[in-house]
Amino acid sequence: MLSKRIIPCLDVRAGKVTKGIEFKGNVDVGDPVAMARAYYAQGADELVFYDITASNERRAIMIDVVRAVAREIFIPFSVGGGLRTLEDMRAVLLAGAEKVSIDSGAVRNPDLITQGAKAFGSQCIVLSMQVKKTGARPAVPSGYEVVIDGGRLFTGKDAVEWARQGEALGAGELCINSIDRDGTNAGFELELTGAISRAVSIPVIASGGAGTPEHLRQAFVQAGADAAIVASMVHYGTYPIPVIKRYLHEHGVEVRNGSWAGE
Amino acid sequence: MIAIVDYRAGNLTSVARALEHLGHRCEITDRPEAIRAAQRVILPGVGAAGATMDHLRRLGLERVLREDVIGAGKPFLGICIGIQILMDHSEEDDARCLGVVAGKVVRFPTAVDGRLLKVPQIGWNRVHQVRPHPVFDGVPDGSHFYFVNSYYPVPAEPSVVIATAEHGVVFCAALARGRLVATQFHLEKSGAAGLRVLDNFCRL
Repeated sequence: MLSKRIIPCLDVRAGKVTKGIEFKGNVDVGDPVAMARAYYAQGADELVFYDITASNERRAIMIDVVRAVAREIFIPFSVGGGLRTLEDMRAVLLAGAEKVSIDSGAVRNPDLITQGAKAFGSQCIVLSMQVKKTGARPAVPSGYEVVIDGGRLFTGKDAVEWARQGEALGAGELCINSIDRDGTNAGFELELTGAISRAVSIPVIASGGAGTPEHLRQAFVQAGADAAIVASMVHYGTYPIPVIKRYLHEHGVEVRNGSWAGE
Repeated sequence: MIAIVDYRAGNLTSVARALEHLGHRCEITDRPEAIRAAQRVILPGVGAAGATMDHLRRLGLERVLREDVIGAGKPFLGICIGIQILMDHSEEDDARCLGVVAGKVVRFPTAVDGRLLKVPQIGWNRVHQVRPHPVFDGVPDGSHFYFVNSYYPVPAEPSVVIATAEHGVVFCAALARGRLVATQFHLEKSGAAGLRVLDNFCRL
């Protein structure tokens, strides 16, 4: 049986890790390579890096980060943020990332998912989406709407429908980030995560709102998520990964090395 | 020198980085003479069985691997697609494979007991060592390894299976015969446990 994955998320701006509170007021918390090394040693199951600057002149800095991380950590990691073309994806995969995470670029050009899956395999393509609860209406029956461009542009797309389309187009995994919960430490958006989990047969990663180990248990057990993104609760040392894993293990959730700290 | 067989697929550099981290010298190569001269040969990677076999044939490596490497008893490690192409045949692309281990490669079922099964399996799964083997030295039984696969090998001779895992069905996660070793899981992405198995192979 697959274990549930805990994935620290590192938002990288100009080569430094930041953690946004609802995408506003970013604070530097550290060097991405040092943080990746620390989370690897703590027993993280995977890492994700978002290049939140994603402007052309900064892209080269991110590739250097990816290359340095790949030399030191031997678990999968994905890279996202501003990837718009096959060449953007190829660059981060060649630098050593296992997966690419595409978001706004895939909403603007859904064919990017299919092209990426064909070129690199579905297992490389994580379709990430930023979602806000805007209320059920004919165009958005679930009440959850996909938002792009760092939370600024509402697309009128239903999140559950977009998840189904993403799977059909070739995405290997889905990362569902709730903008309402992001940075709040109030727990994942379980209703949204659960609705998408039931709608697709590819792995679903819950994101946005993790504040305690219990929040992860809820995402796995109640919402059926396969993996969960953690950020501030690990970045600020509130809950080291072994502590989260031990809690989950004690509550009957299958995790890697749940019964002992670190590896 | 360890030769990593370059058959135009991804993931070759991850294995090279893991070997370098462990202090082993390696070379990514598609040259038959370099592969024949190497002390050990690793065939890693993600990819489809049909395309992998096509590339190996086009590069003239099918016979080199079958006869000069595996047939000659040179230590060989197949990872992921590298375990599948050892079999006679794969359901994926209806591909004829190397046939150095009797058996076939089949797809995971889409549902088990009426419940949908996630395919491909992507993630960490527990690996049970069913037969002692030196590649597992120092690796606790039941350790998790990282898998990404839609298909799995079914060796005709169960005695070659050294480890199993469960994803809807119990399947062969690793096999060995002499100094031929192969794993369905990614050693280069499986943290300390994966590095340990890789290092053990380099000392066989």
